[in-house]
Amino acid sequence: MGIMDQFLQQLINGISLGSIYALIALGYTMVYGIIKLINFAHGDIYMVGAYIGFFCITVMNWPVLPALLVSMLLTGILGMLIERFAYRPLRSAPRISVLITAIGVSFFLEYTMMYFVTPQPRTFPSILDDAAYHIGPFVINNQQIMIFAITIILMAILTYIVQYTKVGKAMRAVSFDNETAQLMGINSNRIISVTFGIGSALAAAAGVLVGIYYNSIDPLMGIMPGLKAFVAAVLGGIGILPGAAAGGIILGIIEALVSGFISSTFRDAAAFAILILVLLFKPTGLLGKNTNEKV
Amino acid sequence: MAIMLKMDDVNVFYGAIHAIKGINLEVDQGEIVTLIGANGAGKSTTLRTISGLLKPKTGTITFEDKIISGQPAHKIVEFGISQVPEGRRIFANMTVMENLELGAYVRTDKNGIKEDLKRVFKHFPRLAERKKQEAGTLSGGEQQMLAMGRALMSSPRLLLLDEPSMGLAPLLIKEIFEIIKDINKAGTTILLVEQNANMALSIANRAYVLETGKITLSGSAKELSNSEDVRKAYLGG
Ligand SMILES: Nc1ncnc2c1ncn2[C@@H]1O[C@H](COP(=O)(O)OP(=O)(O)O)[C@@H](O)[C@H]1O
Ligand SMILES: [Mg+2]
Repeated sequence: MGIMDQFLQQLINGISLGSIYALIALGYTMVYGIIKLINFAHGDIYMVGAYIGFFCITVMNWPVLPALLVSMLLTGILGMLIERFAYRPLRSAPRISVLITAIGVSFFLEYTMMYFVTPQPRTFPSILDDAAYHIGPFVINNQQIMIFAITIILMAILTYIVQYTKVGKAMRAVSFDNETAQLMGINSNRIISVTFGIGSALAAAAGVLVGIYYNSIDPLMGIMPGLKAFVAAVLGGIGILPGAAAGGIILGIIEALVSGFISSTFRDAAAFAILILVLLFKPTGLLGKNTNEKV
Repeated sequence: MAIMLKMDDVNVFYGAIHAIKGINLEVDQGEIVTLIGANGAGKSTTLRTISGLLKPKTGTITFEDKIISGQPAHKIVEFGISQVPEGRRIFANMTVMENLELGAYVRTDKNGIKEDLKRVFKHFPRLAERKKQEAGTLSGGEQQMLAMGRALMSSPRLLLLDEPSMGLAPLLIKEIFEIIKDINKAGTTILLVEQNANMALSIANRAYVLETGKITLSGSAKELSNSEDVRKAYLGG
């Protein structure tokens, strides 16, 4: 395989992986945008989503699409419950209390899950045949096509909700200025809840897609992708939705290129090196701008 | 005239700080009432308490014979009270139109919303020209107009205005105060908070003077304009 072919191949792999990061990063960034919380439990929510998908597919024998939708729905509800009972009581507490609570929720999800499903990894059944297609210089397989398609559809739906619906406008208003949003008659608690729901549902979709792509899931699977998605969100500019999407894809591509051309040992190091570089040179992220007020 | 808003011995605290100390205040239907006082007197705290952003520790606030103190801020809007907050607080990252739509958030009557949008554009033609512009790019005066238009979009019966003159050039202040008069003539009752006592007294029916959390004087705007104390303290002699 020539170097160019290999590059293109890693590009495809990178975009697949990056789509997963992007879906998780969107939830991170939405939650951060609306209550300024780094929700460290977000990676574990993604793990729960993967398991719900797994059970729908293996135990209930459902096809992918209903499994994906049910997983998104149930995980979305889980996210709302976590917000309601773990974070909302701390709304006016110091930021650090909420952050510590988030870490607690993360452990809670990981070890509750272990209790119920054992720490053993589960093997996702292969539900798509391994057919690969040659499109020009690219080779792309069924799983990757599905990841691209579902990611694009979900991002399009999210964009539509946030830009054009009433609840989306309310989300943007609460993110920008919670108090003034309330003066508009917006029940900000409800909007925060919806935001957790949507963010968690997107993470669930990522979890199911990862199960299908890598075939294996386990109760601690959320830790690394959770951190990576956090890096992706910071890379794109935390709180900015297109930033999270772009950050995820870019991070995925960089990781794939590092794995392919240097060594997969350095994959994770590359991701965190990016975090450090962003924080040093552009803490507001690629799409972040410094806001200045006007009088 | 019918009493629209009544604050009855209201006390508000920020932690241990006693910011509002037993305020009694009334606004009658159709009036422009102004609350004047120096920086830090508690004017914004008073409006924020009426709007439900702060809860009074004791005392009650009644609006159109319903007790509203204790209700969350988003419910107060549904009662028919809308606020233009200090510093305008427009949603700078959204368009002018989106800001106005958010003002109508609690409403479902599409036709009524359309009517009110027309009304807002009539009061503030410049907003109509800038409908699609991001609100953060507006000038200070235009942002004040947008904040007022946004508040009107909920079709309030009582409009609370917190220092609309802040940071604006004298000519613009005049324009804004003319519009406040127009809004009142069109049927909206107004409670206006100002440090610019001159301007406020010139359009108000009645006035209250607030000093460190207490109302120290009240009366018709004319009386207060002529009062020796008020002239010395707030009107520059
Ligand atoms: N968030 C707050 N926390 C503590 N004290 C506050 C807060 N906001 C206002 N205050 C205090 O309450 C008093 C009244 O403030 P405010 O209502 O903003 O006055 P005004 O609007 O008349 O300038 C001031 O002494 C101010 O320092
Ligand atoms: Mg003030």
